[in-house]
Amino acid sequence: MVARKPADRPNASKEDLLKYYREMLLIRRFEEKAGQLYGMGLIGGFCHLYIGQEAVVVGLEAAAKDGDKRITSYRDHGHMLACGMDPKGVMAELTGRIGGYSKGKGGSMHMFSKDRHFYGGHGIVGAQVPLGAGLAFADKYLGNDNVTFTYFGDGAANQGQVYETYNMAELWNLPVVFVIENNQYAMGTSMKRSTKSPSMWERGAAYGIKGEAVDGMDVLAVKAAGEKAVATCRAGDGPYILEMMTYRYRGHSMSDPAKYRTREEVDKMRSEKDAIDHVRDLLLQGGLASDDDLKAIDKDIKARVNEAAEFAKDSPEPPLADLWTDIYA
Amino acid sequence: MATEVLMPALSPTMEEGTLAKWLVKEGDSVKSGQILAEIETDKATMEFEAVDDGIIGKLLIAEGTAGVKVNTPIAVLVEDGETVDDTAPATKPATVAATVAAAAPVAAQAAAPAPVAAKGWPHADLPEGPTKTMTVREALREAMAEEMRRDPSVFLMGEEVGEYQGAYKISQGLLDEFGAKRVVDTPITEHGFAGIAVGASWGGLRPIVEFMTFNFAMQAIDHIINSAAKTLYMSGGQMGSPMVFRGPNGAAARVGAQHSQDYAAWYSAIPGLKVCMPYSAADAKGLLKTAIRDPNPVIFLENEILYGRSFEVPTDPDFTIPLGKASILRDGDDVTIVSFSIGLTYALQAAEILAKDGISAEVVNLRTLRPIDYDTVLASVMKTNRCVTVEEGFPVGSIGDHLASTIMQRAFDYLDAPVVTCTGKDVPMPYAANLEKLALTTTADVVAAVKSVCYR
Repeated sequence: MVARKPADRPNASKEDLLKYYREMLLIRRFEEKAGQLYGMGLIGGFCHLYIGQEAVVVGLEAAAKDGDKRITSYRDHGHMLACGMDPKGVMAELTGRIGGYSKGKGGSMHMFSKDRHFYGGHGIVGAQVPLGAGLAFADKYLGNDNVTFTYFGDGAANQGQVYETYNMAELWNLPVVFVIENNQYAMGTSMKRSTKSPSMWERGAAYGIKGEAVDGMDVLAVKAAGEKAVATCRAGDGPYILEMMTYRYRGHSMSDPAKYRTREEVDKMRSEKDAIDHVRDLLLQGGLASDDDLKAIDKDIKARVNEAAEFAKDSPEPPLADLWTDIYA
Repeated sequence: MATEVLMPALSPTMEEGTLAKWLVKEGDSVKSGQILAEIETDKATMEFEAVDDGIIGKLLIAEGTAGVKVNTPIAVLVEDGETVDDTAPATKPATVAATVAAAAPVAAQAAAPAPVAAKGWPHADLPEGPTKTMTVREALREAMAEEMRRDPSVFLMGEEVGEYQGAYKISQGLLDEFGAKRVVDTPITEHGFAGIAVGASWGGLRPIVEFMTFNFAMQAIDHIINSAAKTLYMSGGQMGSPMVFRGPNGAAARVGAQHSQDYAAWYSAIPGLKVCMPYSAADAKGLLKTAIRDPNPVIFLENEILYGRSFEVPTDPDFTIPLGKASILRDGDDVTIVSFSIGLTYALQAAEILAKDGISAEVVNLRTLRPIDYDTVLASVMKTNRCVTVEEGFPVGSIGDHLASTIMQRAFDYLDAPVVTCTGKDVPMPYAANLEKLALTTTADVVAAVKSVCYR
């Protein structure tokens, strides 16, 4: 794991830090609530929580501009909240209600927002990688300077289609940032047990793709790396690979027996590397916010999440006639 | 001793070609390996080499001659001191171009054209107005070119679509007209470029993905089904995949099990996809233009053997064929034969033979397999009370099975006999010529099936 930046030298303004704090906290509280609703039987099927990895999406969204696109795997709630999708619509999709982003027909793994340029939510591991490159292909074809953030995990990084995509993305200089969210476990298989590659990002070198590893628990490091990657892509010199060293605190999905790592390992990450605590420390130690300021934010976030949960419980199930709609345009 | 040099077969489906240019003249000495001539097939222009050393005694076919059948003697090779006249009675066929020529007689047989010229079929399914004769290959190319001129967001991507001018020459000339931005050569990476194309369709483009054959699309089928077909539904109608996946499908000739599969029933099983399977050049042009304009992912299953066949096509630049609408290729009263793509070759031949036996067969060309035009099929079956289906795909879960079930449920009381399905056999495609022929459905199978449902 890359060393964290010292807390006494934040390279961000007070406003920025408060924004990241707020956004990361929203994801964490939202996910905690989703876990709770799952336990109550209000959310069904698969539900993959993003807790622990919040700095990755929040840092990269801070490097994005309007018109940039994003696409990810099934562990997608954090990405949706970070790009500005409404927590109510996301939570209502988790409960399978008409108020959800996909009108209840997609679920946790399959959500989209054309307005926010969020292209899913993909349940097939690695499939989003060529799809993301295709979004970038379209932007290049159309002649704009948009960039697509294509997120995938260390597990997906072993899929063949990732390397087919690397080859074409570099061949055509597509404006795509490949973001490997390396949380060190592909479901229950640690990276050590799935590859002898020392790192994931360096595999891009075989195709001539630039990249780097980044402390994915440090939102400022993520943002800085994201800005560099995005600038490279906008200059017509894409693609770019960012390997975000991160960690998921919860199981792979809600039905994870957690036999593949120790409780101590998880606790150590939480206590030493937590991304939200990091920003909290920067704010408090830098004298940029008081305990009371942060408590007010916590309270506000909690209220937003509760409002989303209430909406998701109250929103009706889709009408039965919806079974037959949206099959063809 | 003089030997004849024969017109070679230069591809699995080549039946004839043009002797474009002689590179030797009578009296020239030639060495084995020396290029004798340029031969143009419907796919490409290829150089043709001598197998034996000798002297060109006589050129039998003038350069520029078109329609030279495979295995026609095109030149006579003599030994030093001989003349053609000396040896004429004793000429024997040379083992020209050893490998390709060896395959020629059977390749030609497997791909034998319909005894009745395609041009002669009734064209009841075409709209009124002037027509021109064109091949299925030309029709597909014209459809793409017209749609690319019409809509700048349409582009073609695939293996060898650009500089090679198309593995089957479907995209010939498109690179010159539209440039490398819109005619995109890909590496050999079906899974990857299919995914990129789906992503591009979400990003505002209308991709046409050419698979060199649909056999290779099995590497890409996850993106076709999970990414392209399901996203409109999974997104609650927010975003779909306006795109076409096209290429040759089904058996060609003598290319074995991995290059001969018909995917009609596979793709037709998937909600969210549309599936076209043209027979004639008019089908090819009219359906492909509609498919490119359609806001949904369309699977466009072509047939290599049909590429070179000629048909009448309306000259109206606005000619299109709606998806989901079958046509009646031949009217009849006694039995309905439902088919699509190359299956119609057998269906129409059978109808001709049956007519001589006094059985009047109505031939339905489905044209689109999803959505399928049940109404046209059912109306015909309610009239004739008998039905035979014809396709080249595997028998289990075939299009014929589905139609038989539908007819049973919706027109049971009209049936005078069980529906019989003619399909490919339930075996991987063999290579041996005799076994391959046995594995495919044939005109004789269709005739026998019709006779069985007519109790004759």
